[in-house]
Amino acid sequence: MKRNEINRMKLEFDATSQNEAFARMAVSVFAASLDPTLEEISDLRVVVSEAVTNAVVHAYKNRGGKIGITAILYSDRSMKLKIHDKGCGIADPERCLEPLYTTDPTGERGGMGFPIMQAMSHAFRLKTAVGVGTTVYIEFRFQGA
Amino acid sequence: MKETVKTELQGRTLTVTIIGEIDHHSARKLREEIDSALFYHRPKTLRLLLSQVSFMDSSGLGLILGRLTRMKELGGDMVLVSPTKEIDKILTLAAIDKTIPTERSVRKEDTE
Ligand SMILES: Nc1ncnc2c1ncn2[C@@H]1O[C@H](COP(=O)(O)OP(=O)(O)OP(=O)(O)O)[C@@H](O)[C@H]1O
Ligand SMILES: [Mg+2]
Repeated sequence: MKRNEINRMKLEFDATSQNEAFARMAVSVFAASLDPTLEEISDLRVVVSEAVTNAVVHAYKNRGGKIGITAILYSDRSMKLKIHDKGCGIADPERCLEPLYTTDPTGERGGMGFPIMQAMSHAFRLKTAVGVGTTVYIEFRFQGA
Repeated sequence: MKETVKTELQGRTLTVTIIGEIDHHSARKLREEIDSALFYHRPKTLRLLLSQVSFMDSSGLGLILGRLTRMKELGGDMVLVSPTKEIDKILTLAAIDKTIPTERSVRKEDTE
């Protein structure tokens, strides 16, 4: 099925923990015109929160930086998301995608962020380079309404 | 949004109710409040009531697993109570409900 772009937005914001809630709210409000179900909105919020939190915590080590989000809505009720940082990058991306893998030393992280992002979206791709940054590409296809 | 924690001790069971969103931003304060109640009361069982949590991501899983570690240090155990549908989905995805007993039916005394 041919799909046309119907709306697009770009956000750039500081990598602070306060902005995690801002980012997931902003993206879910932007997606509302595709009429997702409550469950789909909930999944979208979780996925955005995971990617943004990883940028705040891992990419920038809680020392701040910039996070960018691009979101595109399509006529077939799908949505593309790109969430990127210019932080430390990931040396071993394959390993990082594994459930329960975390580099967090505090014992307060379970290594479930990437598995959750993959389970709750329809397509997921990770692009990363050490010293350059990390981008996650995520796609949703809303069924509901 | 203001996250809050309510605690109630009954015998050696401490029920902790989390109200609001659990993400990386709110987790630190929630953790500090729950841990200070744990070290003050030293309960045998921690019941974490999740029915009033409006959002949770993997930082919430970390918060839960971290409290399980504390309870083990205290020689006690932990139960998750009444997760919302959204939170239950994440608990199941992470197979937390296999590690920590999860009560899915709402108990009357918890909702009062
Ligand atoms: N944007 C990023 N920049 C640098 N490293 C990252 C980034 N995102 C993830 N990582 C690395 O990948 C690992 C796995 O990420 P994932 O989100 O799955 O788990 P976590 O963040 O450690 O724990 P959780 O998400 O369950 O709280 C992280 O521990 C970190 O080492
Ligand atoms: Mg994470």
